[in-house]
Amino acid sequence: MAYNWNWGVFLQPTATGDDTYLGWMFYGFKMTIALSLSAWLIALAVGAVVGILRTVPNKLLAGIATAYVEVFRNIPLLVQLFLWYFVMPELLPEQLGNAFKQTNPILQQFLASMVCLALFTSARVAEQVRSGINSLPPGQKNAGLAMGFTLAQTYRHVLLPMAVRLIVPPLTSEFLNIFKNSAVCSTIGLLELAAQGRQLVDYTAQPYESFIAVTLAYLTINVVVMFGMRWVEARVRVPGYIGAK
Amino acid sequence: MISMNKVSKHFGTFQVLTDCTTQVHKGEVIVVCGPSGSGKSTLIKCVNGLEPFQSGEIIVNGVSVGDPKTNLSKLRSTVGMVFQNFELFPHMKIIDNLCIAQVKVLGRSLEQAREKGSKLLERVGLREQAEKFPGQLSGGQQQRVAIARALAMDPICMLFDEPTSALDPEMVNEVLDVMTELAQEGMTMMCVTHEMGFARRVASRVIFMDQGRIVEDDSKEAFFQNPRSERAQQFLAKILHH
Repeated sequence: MAYNWNWGVFLQPTATGDDTYLGWMFYGFKMTIALSLSAWLIALAVGAVVGILRTVPNKLLAGIATAYVEVFRNIPLLVQLFLWYFVMPELLPEQLGNAFKQTNPILQQFLASMVCLALFTSARVAEQVRSGINSLPPGQKNAGLAMGFTLAQTYRHVLLPMAVRLIVPPLTSEFLNIFKNSAVCSTIGLLELAAQGRQLVDYTAQPYESFIAVTLAYLTINVVVMFGMRWVEARVRVPGYIGAK
Repeated sequence: MISMNKVSKHFGTFQVLTDCTTQVHKGEVIVVCGPSGSGKSTLIKCVNGLEPFQSGEIIVNGVSVGDPKTNLSKLRSTVGMVFQNFELFPHMKIIDNLCIAQVKVLGRSLEQAREKGSKLLERVGLREQAEKFPGQLSGGQQQRVAIARALAMDPICMLFDEPTSALDPEMVNEVLDVMTELAQEGMTMMCVTHEMGFARRVASRVIFMDQGRIVEDDSKEAFFQNPRSERAQQFLAKILHH
């Protein structure tokens, strides 16, 4: 194979002259991190609330939460992204829709991507929160209530502290997924890591270097997340409980 | 102190409790026994409203449990309960297990709560375990902590739901000793248990249940010497021969 390896390409100034190609990659890297982290925080908050609601005795609230989960996890991520970016601004009240369309296009792409990733992931987080709560012995809830806790206090002091500990490992997968899923947002033009990789190919005709760099960047993010979550897992481990050392 | 009047409960078409009527007076120790599936645990959980019931009435210390207007949390904070599987909160140290409801429900200061908690741990012989986690204790120790946790709320009565059924045989007595001591101090108690030795020692009355009905409700002497119903005779014959 006659391929001309050229790792020096990253240090060359870009065709538009505003940066080096490494600078472009770094821009995409930062965009991926900002997008994924902000979406993750929203996903955790919304997912926690929805997941808790799925386990409450009130049938109406539990039903609404179930419907939420089914909608957001059963529509493909790409379709959801197009809906948020192309369709949603048209459905908003006219003034709000126009205001959105007049903002900076990068901000438009970022906001649509963030909301899309956040809500898609929140449905999955919700399922994990629910399974965490449901995996606790049923007597725990009774024990909390029997001591005079209200239902809310029972969740706050008894059920959630244990449920959250139990779901740290699956939440780690979800956290990793959100970084990987963020690549989908390149389809609406957001210049995150994957998009910058493709752009590099177009400009430099060095696809191997570009995609190897992109791969390593995603890998770096995920290794950091993995070790971070492992640390969290060790920190919240309950002495004498299953899985503890 | 506890009065039940024709309490009935069903899950769908399955009748769990039928017309259960009994009284528990202050200072009495009532042992509830019967074959599995007879509704003993359900009955005792109805007392503090952990299980809802469809008809009848339960009055605890003048408050109706089934009344939708009753503040159940407040009522429950005055009724101690001990469960078959201990149900300590695994993520909290032993001492924190004893303090949390004192602070969050009764509004005591953490200092007061810890003092009370330490005293009760001392009483059940587990002072040294205060800083450990529930998973690091044996079953018998955990159940003693659970009793101490319930007592920390200064309950007016205590409910025990098969407190020794999940224990290794050699740990049963340490828990029964604590319960016996409690009974002798005059605590009002309602215990679902198969420990007939305990019933003979401390019970004021024995309630025998079968198929959701209270079949016998009698003094322990009458119950053990000549149970009236055939079902109770069979039951006793089966569990007392060793």
